[in-house]
Amino acid sequence: MNYLVTDNTAGSIRLEEIPEIAYADFYDLLNGWLADERCHVAHYFALPSGNRMRFYCLVLDDAEGRVLITSHATGYYDETALPSLTARYPQLHPFEREIAERWGIRFDGQPWPKPLRFPFDRYDRQSSIDNYPFYTMAGKSLHEVNVGPIHAGIIEPGAFRFICNGEQVLHLEIALGYQHRGVEAAFTATENRLRQMCLAESIAGDSAVAHATAFAEAIEKLTGRERPAQLDRERVVALELERMAMQIADTGALSMDTGYQLGQVACEALRTMTINTTQAWCGNRFGKGLIRPHGTDHALTPEKSAMIRRNVAEIARRYDEVRRDIESSPSLLARFEQCGVVPRDEMRRIGGVGQAARASGLGRDIRATHPWGSFGKCLSHESIVEEAGDVMARLTVRSREVAQSARYIDRLLSIYEQKYGATENPCGRPDYTSQLAPSSLAFGLVEGWRGETCHVAVTDAEGRLAAYRIKDPSLHNWLALALAVRGEGISDFPICNKSFNLSYCGHDL
Amino acid sequence: MTLLNTLLVVLAAICIPGLINRTRARLAGRKGIRFTQHLHDVRLLLRKGAVYSPTTTVLFRTAPSVILTTSLLAALCIPVGDLRPLVSFDGDLVAFAYLLALGRGALILAAMDTGSSFEGMGASREALYGALVEPALMLTFGTLALISGHTSFASIFEADATGDAKLIVVLLLAAYVLTKIVFTESGRIPVDDPRTHLELTMIHEVMCLDYCGVDLAYVKIGTWLKSAALSMLAADAVAAATCPRWWFAAPLALLLTGLSVGIVESTQARNKLVRNTTFILTITALAALVFFTGYLLRLNIGLQ
Repeated sequence: MNYLVTDNTAGSIRLEEIPEIAYADFYDLLNGWLADERCHVAHYFALPSGNRMRFYCLVLDDAEGRVLITSHATGYYDETALPSLTARYPQLHPFEREIAERWGIRFDGQPWPKPLRFPFDRYDRQSSIDNYPFYTMAGKSLHEVNVGPIHAGIIEPGAFRFICNGEQVLHLEIALGYQHRGVEAAFTATENRLRQMCLAESIAGDSAVAHATAFAEAIEKLTGRERPAQLDRERVVALELERMAMQIADTGALSMDTGYQLGQVACEALRTMTINTTQAWCGNRFGKGLIRPHGTDHALTPEKSAMIRRNVAEIARRYDEVRRDIESSPSLLARFEQCGVVPRDEMRRIGGVGQAARASGLGRDIRATHPWGSFGKCLSHESIVEEAGDVMARLTVRSREVAQSARYIDRLLSIYEQKYGATENPCGRPDYTSQLAPSSLAFGLVEGWRGETCHVAVTDAEGRLAAYRIKDPSLHNWLALALAVRGEGISDFPICNKSFNLSYCGHDL
Repeated sequence: MTLLNTLLVVLAAICIPGLINRTRARLAGRKGIRFTQHLHDVRLLLRKGAVYSPTTTVLFRTAPSVILTTSLLAALCIPVGDLRPLVSFDGDLVAFAYLLALGRGALILAAMDTGSSFEGMGASREALYGALVEPALMLTFGTLALISGHTSFASIFEADATGDAKLIVVLLLAAYVLTKIVFTESGRIPVDDPRTHLELTMIHEVMCLDYCGVDLAYVKIGTWLKSAALSMLAADAVAAATCPRWWFAAPLALLLTGLSVGIVESTQARNKLVRNTTFILTITALAALVFFTGYLLRLNIGLQ
């Protein structure tokens, strides 16, 4: 067997159980998998172990809900170039670029071997974010427009270089890395589980719950202890609250960028109501402190549960009015429809995930394909998929997901009220001390509001975290944004950008 | 009387931005900033010095003064109802249109002078829309001149010739066209969005990005005066058709622009940039239609 089959609910995997195959076999294996649309790469990274460099690859099979894990290895000082898989499957580009940039591994035939995020421990210290050579085109009628890396307002740093013919964008290159903080290294720098938990919450501020859940899942798999079903339900309620808040916020942001004031102010108010509901539950508007391994510090009480259900119902009702206003407003439809189209085929090739992929007709949704926790048990999730791939489709996916999340929250909380109405904290308190399985690998795979969030934890022989690898959905989807604006007017870039709303720090780590 | 006229035009320039803000705030369910906030902002700017980029030349530094002067001169040509403006001569409507164009030209050159790619894009947009809106403006002025037989604003709105019932519809249509021109010229939704922070989508605002302090204040005041002058013209046309008195025209100018801009900005999204061209050409087409209607009615009246 060239690979190991597992799923999103199974426990951790011993490192020696993962087959290690020759790169040629690995290449063929991935070649076979990725030719089929149902498979895509969730993570691919390299780890030095002794005098060897071992490459782990996690592939998700959407059709059967399997997670396929395989690996290959080279000598640490081996300088042979590996044939690039990106050349055939562009979805691998961020992973190969990361491996090349960090460890100096060369990939032969990589179409655009450009650095990914300029980490402080990169292989080639000469390559710097300050002297990065942007892609250029020659032509008398072309002009370049540079936006960033410092932006107006409260946007994170990132450089956008447009090549335009008049108002029309021919090419957009996005250079990121300004937000790199070394999060992955920080996980292994401490053994304090609580500190690691807080780190996970800070990977990307708008996806605090998604990343925290992914971390908690990975750690719980490594400790091998079962968790109560109620804890799963609470986590999903938190995750869906985060999803509602962000989808509403982005609807407001899209309204703002088109100058539609009523939609903007209505959505801003609703988003505040949503995050205030989270705050009333756990004391933090973004749900920080809510997700903890093996238990919770903020158990639901019947009063809190009733408060959340009441607020969510009200938010869903009022948001539906905004949605109807937007969908019946010609001036907005004229802005959103046929704007920033990413066709399904392109989205598949670049490995798009999450709601952006679903808006292009690509039904990638971990909740449906690789259910964890309450998904697949008391919630049977059906992905919301739109076909058009334009800004309107992305907005429609958002607005339909708000209604769906509201239903899920209501359902989970009604189960809680029936089952545990009087019990005090059925989940128990968090546990930060339990021993992790030694020399093992575990992953946390969660569908955050932006899409597939994948954390991989690898432990050493003493059961300490030896490496921690994070993948935010933005890693895939930034390229989708670059493709979306091709051929569009440059003045439509802001709404294309908002329709994706990708994370800078999630990408840069 | 001339003094009152000038005062009213200046007052309109001061009040219109406040009224727009107030309308928008109310429609959004907010309390809103105080009515005179924009005046406080400009007062603050006027007390500040200016910082110039070393790549700019004298073009950039003189533009704000040119903009302020041209807008002020243009505004001084505008009568309020039956009052006489400070500046009035035969053909002043042509002078008015090209004073505004001169100010626009100065701002475009200044924007190009900075060498910024944003401002270059803004300048190109402004030049395109300016060129497209000019025929609409000239055709509307032509209509006014045609039906009244005068080529000076003061005489047009003074003359009783415009009181003819048949011409009322032409005057009202001319007022409608002028109101639409106000939207375009003062950079409001659906053509431009003065509130946006997105440089890539801006038209007017992006050209002022390199200005600060006194210069920015001049540009802002120039814009107020320009939209007040055009709104006052629209109000004059309505007043001429119904009640040609200054006490009717002056508040009408405020309400017409303040409310319509406020309402449109609250309830409507901005045009896709490529559709602005269509929007402005529609104004021109409408202006042409109004002109011909006026011409035909004029002929008809003449025959009787």
